[in-house]
Amino acid sequence: MARPLTAVDAPETAVAEAASPAAMPAPPAAPRVRAGLMARFGDRAYRGFTATFALGILLLLGSMFLMLWRESGPALDAFGWGFLTSAGWNPVTEEFGALVAVSGTLVSTVIALLVAVPISLGIALFLAEISPRRLRTPLGVAIELLAAIPSIVYGMWGLFVLAPLMSDHVQPALQTVFGFLPLFSGPPMGIGMLTAGLVLALMIVPFIASVTRDVFLMVPTTLKESAYGLGCTTWEVVRDVMIPYGRKGIFGAVFLGLGRALGETMAVTFVIGNAHRLSSSLFAPGNSIASTLANEFTEADGDVYLAALIELGLILFAITFVIIGLAQLWMRRMAGPGKA
Amino acid sequence: MTMRDTPDTRHRRAVNRAVLVVSSLAALFGLVMLIWILSDVAIKGMAAINWDFFTQLPAPPGEAGGGLANAILGTVLLTLLAALIAVPFGVMAGTYLSEFGKDTRLGATTRYVADILVSAPSIVVGVFVYLVLVRPFGNFSGLSGSVALAIIMIPVVTRTTEEMLRLVPKEVREAALALGAPYWRMMFGVIYRAAAAGMMTGIMLAVARVSGETAPLLFTALNSPYWMESLNEPVANLTVTLFNYAMSPYDDWQAMAWGAAFVITAAILALTVISRLLLMKRKPS
Amino acid sequence: MTPMHRANLSPADIPLEKPPLEPTKAPGRRKVKDAKISVRGLNFFYDGKQALFDNTLDIAGGEVTAFIGPSGCGKSTHIRCYNRMYDLYKGQRAEGELLMDGVNIIGAGVSSLDLRHRVGMIFQKPTPFPMTVFDNVAYGLRLRGRMPKSELEGRVEEALKGAALWDEVKDSLHHQGTNLSGGQQQRLCIARAVAVEPEVILMDEPCSALDPIATGKIEELIDGFRGRFTIIIVTHNMQQAARVSDYTAFFYMGKLVEFGDTETLFTMPRNQQTEDYITGRFG
Repeated sequence: MARPLTAVDAPETAVAEAASPAAMPAPPAAPRVRAGLMARFGDRAYRGFTATFALGILLLLGSMFLMLWRESGPALDAFGWGFLTSAGWNPVTEEFGALVAVSGTLVSTVIALLVAVPISLGIALFLAEISPRRLRTPLGVAIELLAAIPSIVYGMWGLFVLAPLMSDHVQPALQTVFGFLPLFSGPPMGIGMLTAGLVLALMIVPFIASVTRDVFLMVPTTLKESAYGLGCTTWEVVRDVMIPYGRKGIFGAVFLGLGRALGETMAVTFVIGNAHRLSSSLFAPGNSIASTLANEFTEADGDVYLAALIELGLILFAITFVIIGLAQLWMRRMAGPGKA
Repeated sequence: MTMRDTPDTRHRRAVNRAVLVVSSLAALFGLVMLIWILSDVAIKGMAAINWDFFTQLPAPPGEAGGGLANAILGTVLLTLLAALIAVPFGVMAGTYLSEFGKDTRLGATTRYVADILVSAPSIVVGVFVYLVLVRPFGNFSGLSGSVALAIIMIPVVTRTTEEMLRLVPKEVREAALALGAPYWRMMFGVIYRAAAAGMMTGIMLAVARVSGETAPLLFTALNSPYWMESLNEPVANLTVTLFNYAMSPYDDWQAMAWGAAFVITAAILALTVISRLLLMKRKPS
Repeated sequence: MTPMHRANLSPADIPLEKPPLEPTKAPGRRKVKDAKISVRGLNFFYDGKQALFDNTLDIAGGEVTAFIGPSGCGKSTHIRCYNRMYDLYKGQRAEGELLMDGVNIIGAGVSSLDLRHRVGMIFQKPTPFPMTVFDNVAYGLRLRGRMPKSELEGRVEEALKGAALWDEVKDSLHHQGTNLSGGQQQRLCIARAVAVEPEVILMDEPCSALDPIATGKIEELIDGFRGRFTIIIVTHNMQQAARVSDYTAFFYMGKLVEFGDTETLFTMPRNQQTEDYITGRFG
């Protein structure tokens, strides 16, 4: 940069400085043609090299499906489609069905979303519109940090702290009010489907809340002001302008939370109770696909047993793939602003 | 005329207030629950932590003392090895998506698949790696654990890299190319450097995420009460140890599990905070 | 231009009983007939930092008043007092009197919600809500309670016609408002504002994001609104102020420097700063 700058070479010099030494111009004159060829070859090789890794991701997905499919062969042969509708799970007689685990996965996920989505929206609304300005950043950072805590910590806390609390206080209270419903019948043991759903909810709340808050913060100020300018209350602005404006991002956050809840292992395994039984009560212990795998995979001794577990994994993979895949597709197609 | 609220407006204000109160209560509830979890982990965890915790091997059940030094070391090594595999893979794939794959079919498909893989259940990744790297060789191994963690990291690193490279202004690329630099030299000389802070943050966040993963290690690295001697044998790690200890009937082990939970949580939070600070500091205002 | 526009004003459009105007003290202020809004000693503060200093002027009912001045002179801050937009932000505070039909609208006990129903606002960038064209225009009406569908449809159509947008959107009423062009979006926002029949419309640089043709259409609308609405327009474009307004106020550094009828202010400014600004010597 010692020589005087002219208007023409100023930006180039700046870039050359930033890029040195790698991007210094090639030596002049004689080898220019060869340098050009080399450069073209280099670029093509570089492109091909990076494309290989992109392709690698596709191959990874493909081989996961193929491998799970192939290795669940013995179970597929033995049970066929009946695997999906059978509630049996008996390693001794080698009778296996996915119904208990699949329904456990779905029920715990539904409970988690029912609890987590309203709470997350409330937190996001509070952080974006209600809380005093000074609290916004620290609270926002706290929520983001909580989203980073590993799920196993939530699961362990659920087992040692939440489960006793559920059996001693929450479940008896629910029973006195809603005891006539089969959903809340049976002995209050603490561990079970309801507790698993609540722990899952706690795990996904910070995630959904922080993404939704970001979406709310992206709504342009003038858009909000023009709604206020028509005489809206804060709630009316949120309901009619902010949520519709950010619907794509909020939808994405909820679906990513759903994806996490479906496949979550550790938050569930501690508290779901590990019982291969179908029950209409949310207090009863059950099993999810992930918790079944976590508990039994390394102990599976028969070929059909192992294959049945692998097929459970395949089903879980397929469910997540379809749900997340459709959600992604829908978000990509959807017009309008408000991306996550 | 007056300018007081009409009855209708009063009703709307009441609804508004109700919603705002409910929302604040939701926020309060969420915060209380989460602070509760964190303080339990901190209080019960710190009670279990002492010098031995970081330096000793685990004690047999029922015997007091011992530590989780092998598991701490194992988790660090497994995670680092996973990053060594996943970072080059993800950076290259992300480069393709950002630089060459904007409109190609391969680019669109890979982007879509990577977004789905980010949400793939980590326990299924564990099953897959078990089938590919554990069963054929007949033993659980640290290497397979690292591969499982790497598979979870790759889509995250890929998408972060793509986004960070896209943030580099077009003018910077054009200025470098106008000098006659071949595309790949422009990338290595200019673009990766310009995007380095963002990519680093993304990588650190991905590392933080996988270092708390348990499910993919259950059938791969497994666990071990001993020091690690090679990558071809089960390797002790904090998360699986936490799982086993917490599920055990022994009080000593359960206390150790709280200690492990505290160490993992503290490490991940520290990593997250540092990576965010890094991004804030380097980001031009 | 001014006398011609005056001719469009029928006496019925001008409310009869008005508070008597005080004699003018501010420099350059001229008497305004039939003030809809009387501003007396308006001060404004951002977190204790004063942004407006003792602004005093009258806004003529049914006419167009333009606020001009360099960026940061307080003209936007000033009109944001007329619908209490500053209420949304902690640390922003207005003092003084802002009398609309004799009621101090920045005083305590005034319903900001009802006030904003009577005082519409158009922003610099078009702000269509994320909903259909029809729902955008119907939005303000629905806020105010239910009305029969046929009446709602009639008023939406009337508002869109009033904003000269009806012919362009009558076949796509149920498409997203965000799909319209920039100029159409701004006219949609105007239709949304006029649908609730406000008394005053605030326009904060409504054309600065638009091309000249779209700007021309908005200016025609403003011209046609004379007599129906009291219009206050903030603009950085002096030709625009001269074209559309009956009265002009020049602000500088939070102070009202000169106020008078537009023709006089632009042809015979009495203040040196005003003259410098309108002749392009600064700004």
